[in-house]
Amino acid sequence: MTLYILRRLAAGVMLALVILLIVFLLISSSFDDTARTMLGQGATPESTAALVEARGWDRPVIVQYVEWIWHAVQGDLGQSAFTSLPVRSAVVDRLAVTLSLIVPALLITAILSVLLGVWAASHGGVIDRFAQGISLVGHIFPALLLAIGLVVLFGVELGWLPATGYVRFGDDTLGWLRSITIPVIVLVIPGVANMSAQVRGRMIDELNRDYVRTLRTRGISSRSIVYKHALRNAGSPALTVMSLEFIQMFGAALIIENVFALPGFGSYAFNASLQGDIPVILGISVFGVALVTVVHLVTDILNGWLNPKARVH
Amino acid sequence: MSTSDDPTTQTVRTHSTEHVITAGADASQRTPTWKKVIRDPQAAITIGLLAAIFLIGALTPLIAPHGPNDADLSMVNAPVGTSGYLLGGDESGRDIFSRLLHSINTAAISALIGTTVALIVGVTGGLVGGYFNRATQSITEWTFALLMTLPGVLLLIILMPVTGGDYRATMFVFGFLLAPGIYRIVRNLVLGVKNELYVDAARVSGLGNVRILGRHVLSIVRGPIIIAAAFMAGSAIAVQSGLAFLGVGSTEIPSFGAMISSGFRNLYVAPAQFLWPSLLLGVITASLVLLGNALRDTLEGSKPKAKKVGAGQRVVADVERDGPTDPDALLVIRDLGIAYPGVDGAPNEVVRGVNLSLAPGDVLGLVGESGSGKTQTAFSTLGVLPSEAVITGGSIRFDGRELLGLDDTSMAALRGSAIAYIPQEPMSNLDPSFRVGSQLVEGLRAATSMPRKDAKARVIALLDRCGIVDPQRTFDAYPHEISGGMAQRVLIAGAVASRPKLLIADEPTTALDVTVQAEILDLLRDLQHELGMAVLLVTHNFGVVADICDRIAVMKEGEIVENGAAEEIFGAPRHEYTRMLLGSILDEDAVRTDPPAAVKGVAS
Repeated sequence: MTLYILRRLAAGVMLALVILLIVFLLISSSFDDTARTMLGQGATPESTAALVEARGWDRPVIVQYVEWIWHAVQGDLGQSAFTSLPVRSAVVDRLAVTLSLIVPALLITAILSVLLGVWAASHGGVIDRFAQGISLVGHIFPALLLAIGLVVLFGVELGWLPATGYVRFGDDTLGWLRSITIPVIVLVIPGVANMSAQVRGRMIDELNRDYVRTLRTRGISSRSIVYKHALRNAGSPALTVMSLEFIQMFGAALIIENVFALPGFGSYAFNASLQGDIPVILGISVFGVALVTVVHLVTDILNGWLNPKARVH
Repeated sequence: MSTSDDPTTQTVRTHSTEHVITAGADASQRTPTWKKVIRDPQAAITIGLLAAIFLIGALTPLIAPHGPNDADLSMVNAPVGTSGYLLGGDESGRDIFSRLLHSINTAAISALIGTTVALIVGVTGGLVGGYFNRATQSITEWTFALLMTLPGVLLLIILMPVTGGDYRATMFVFGFLLAPGIYRIVRNLVLGVKNELYVDAARVSGLGNVRILGRHVLSIVRGPIIIAAAFMAGSAIAVQSGLAFLGVGSTEIPSFGAMISSGFRNLYVAPAQFLWPSLLLGVITASLVLLGNALRDTLEGSKPKAKKVGAGQRVVADVERDGPTDPDALLVIRDLGIAYPGVDGAPNEVVRGVNLSLAPGDVLGLVGESGSGKTQTAFSTLGVLPSEAVITGGSIRFDGRELLGLDDTSMAALRGSAIAYIPQEPMSNLDPSFRVGSQLVEGLRAATSMPRKDAKARVIALLDRCGIVDPQRTFDAYPHEISGGMAQRVLIAGAVASRPKLLIADEPTTALDVTVQAEILDLLRDLQHELGMAVLLVTHNFGVVADICDRIAVMKEGEIVENGAAEEIFGAPRHEYTRMLLGSILDEDAVRTDPPAAVKGVAS
């Protein structure tokens, strides 16, 4: 098991290195623009060139890449080109805000989806149509529209919840809960729409399999067949769906944070990108990739636990 | 797909041509797909709606009263209905109505670029990854897996310095992020089609790789791709709006996202401003999703439906509860009828008027070709018919008790403990996620409510009795770790664990190697003697029947055509069909794996 995790981890690191190289190559074309932005109104071709040289951005991309990796491994992600603040702590702060939306949203999504999907698949009839209706409604509208609709309804019209703003978990737990409630709902709706449909489909497939009939002929109860046997077999594909759902939610969160004026990863990335703040962009990339890598690793480990065939490799 | 028993290339090729013609005609001439789509109300309405919206978008230069960025300071936050400003003015005094019209075009172009790039990249990748050799396959697989794991929106934001925030460049990149979905669809279809007869035949007839792909594969992947395109267009528009809402891109470009953002900032001043772009964006994305769903339903047909687990078998006839009982018989099936819904919805009877009788300790062979209704008869006795099936009449009486009409809980109490079952295909009948032993113990405890420890000991003893060399190791193994023959012994052990009175074995040797078949039959015979069980042996194979059965019933097309003692039927078969089945084993090996060749249309 340890070897398996190590191997997956190594694959994750490789993936991160490749993606960072791609980002490096793509970003390298805009080094001059960044220097010009940093110099502001008074930028001349000479002063721009001087700044580029001073920053070392004129060196071959691969050299800069290796050097950056070398520092990153030691925990140093550099400083913002504009504010000179250390990148690492700023990224971590912002990521914490975004994750405090995604993690609760993902947990709620997983629980509701499994309940709804399993229920629909094993009861059929009205419950199944209800689940399919929910899944359709959740698919129809983009998260942005949901966010705005809910903010206007609960935040502005009814005034039940704060429309905008973020309260730190450590400062005021209840305030934190209130500040993330609408954003989390906005993430959960499309999440459940997608995942419950996937769980339902997998469960129907499993319940039609031969082994289910054979278990039934041994007098095993329907409850055990649905919740123990079929669910366990449907679990491993559903986990893969969940890991992709996480990435989806991450993307949606970046956009909807803005509706709620949350100081998250999205607005941070947007501002850095607008200015061409290269050290920050790289820091954001490495954390983004690391996040995805960790999610996949956790998925694989859980998969190995659920699916004996995956464990052998 | 087309199957042929004739192995000559000539016939295969003829077959394949026929098939390709049908597949092509399916989409173009014979049953025009577009007509089917248009006839579906959901598809028709959404297509009409989208066509109208995008047509208005195309006519924008003619009908919009103002340019998208024409600002008039006197019109700042002008109310709805101001002359020349149908929906009023925004925070900069621009005409909201005109900006809406221009935004339609931005959305249309976003959808077009995103979808086109995704289709080109995904289809190309899928064709290459599905068709060519393993190395190419794993490279494409890896590349697309990489694309899929990228957090898309973050990447689009980060790449702003590269794309310059231009929404067209952004959507071009987004197309790559959408491509893995298309790649998956195309690759799987190609992999499926690749080994089909007709591609092989096309290869034999000398068509090049490219032409094979072009002609055969693209005609099949077309449907799923159209469906995916509808959904992708929706996500492209949604993502473009989201990014524009964030502020990615030029403020000069009118788009729903930018308008929503402006209206939202102005929420307390002019609460209706954000509503118009939201409504239009909502209508467009909802229409695309609903269109995608409608296309999926029409083009791909219905998916398996959800049904209640443990609902019991459906019986639509009055069951004669107090009919005559035969005290000597363990199982009496009288006048049984089973039907499935046919293509047109009318019931299609697969079992008609079946009568069977089985005394305690007797072995009855139920013989017939595939599709003759023998397995359905067996399933109805166990109470495990699929939920589509309906029992149209008759009676199944077990140990003096009428089984038809019993609810699933009462049937579950009988299953395992009094009536047990051995399936045909050993591997698919074990739950792959649980250890062999735990599955058997669970079954035994469901049937007997025995303490776990005793149940475990009994299962291990039974595995040993069923000829498994290292029972403890098999007990602890997962199904994929044991062989097919072993799995069948495991299933036999599971069936006889609670000493049932009746064992129903459905083709218990068909899926096994010839050498293993004889051992399994020996085991069944020995266990039958030891436990004094009655056995209903379902098979197409008279060789198996000869080995083990006291009595024989021959089934054809849902009816019993001949019924009697084994020696009688072997000695003097009365029915033509029985003679034919018998004839097919007399001149060949007694134990065959294939259905008798003389019987038309047999393929299991």
